[in-house]
Amino acid sequence: MATVVVVTSGKGGVGKTTSTAALGAALAQQDQNVVVVDFDVGLRNLDLVMGAERRVVFDLINVVQGDAKLPQALIRDKRIDTLSLLPASQTRDKDALTAEGVTRVIDELRDRFDWIICDSPAGIERGATLAMRHADTAVVVTNPEVSSVRDSDRIIGMLDAKTARAERGERIEKHLLLTRYDGVRASRGEMLKTEDVLEILSIPLLGIIPESEEVLRASNLGAPVTIGTPNSPAAKAYFDAARRLRGETLVVKVPAQRRSFMSRLLGRRAVA
Amino acid sequence: MNLISMFRRRDSAPVARERLQVLLAHERAFIGKSDLLAVLQEEIIAVIAKHVSIERERVQIKLDRGDPISTLEIDVEVPSAAAAAALSEQRPAMAGT
Repeated sequence: MATVVVVTSGKGGVGKTTSTAALGAALAQQDQNVVVVDFDVGLRNLDLVMGAERRVVFDLINVVQGDAKLPQALIRDKRIDTLSLLPASQTRDKDALTAEGVTRVIDELRDRFDWIICDSPAGIERGATLAMRHADTAVVVTNPEVSSVRDSDRIIGMLDAKTARAERGERIEKHLLLTRYDGVRASRGEMLKTEDVLEILSIPLLGIIPESEEVLRASNLGAPVTIGTPNSPAAKAYFDAARRLRGETLVVKVPAQRRSFMSRLLGRRAVA
Repeated sequence: MNLISMFRRRDSAPVARERLQVLLAHERAFIGKSDLLAVLQEEIIAVIAKHVSIERERVQIKLDRGDPISTLEIDVEVPSAAAAAALSEQRPAMAGT
């Protein structure tokens, strides 16, 4: 039984695409059959973050409009053979996505994969609503920062109202993925704490991804962080998040970077 | 600036948390009713216009969302009797809208 996951946030730049790539890869590395689908039509980037930008021939729009068959558009990852990518179109716009077309593609993907991970575009318009349309589970990517939390709250409201599950009166599972978390700044009271964000949004925590060089480096190299540097704290956080998605119960590790009283006295930037 | 405020200066996170809690409580309540203010304004004008001649532009409505209470401020300029008579001669239809 396939699970459709939407990675969404409302706000742009919080780490949806990076998280889609890392979670998708992490699940595939745990021997799950995974496809990551880019719904950001016109501004595709998942191909780039996955390192498959030079292999794109057909895309989601081609499949939706019947110009290509699904297997022609799917790009199998060269590093992990249980991981595939369905890229977005770079030349078309979001109007080319039809509700019926998306339904048909998702149904077809359900037959082939265990996990269908949909990378939502930013915003709350058509592209975002179609990306969440068939989701069984949502990963709400949030930065510990006021505008991101507000937008996530709005997206949670839409998940409960506009998805196919919601319309059938069923529950859609929602998880919070806190990204770009800076333990030092949180401990100084400069950044919203994890418990603050959790209390405000009141959805369960899937993981905390520390702001880190490895994540940036992963995008630069076109290798999801769980493939590029699997032992980094960020990759471990994504691996744990993937296991939680699969239903395991694990204690969430807070990337604390708590500083001693002495290091506080000796300079604010000493430990990072 | 005393010693305590020097240490507290950086704690902006609690402020962020409080602002968000107040804001989101309202947004959750009003979502899908985003034209609440417009509706209120129309209905309030209609009620007042039943009894006195008023000018639509002279009604100001402000909402201040706060915790624990929000205030809705309605400011209606009611013209004096003479001005009202002149107004109703000019625009007799206004009272019925």
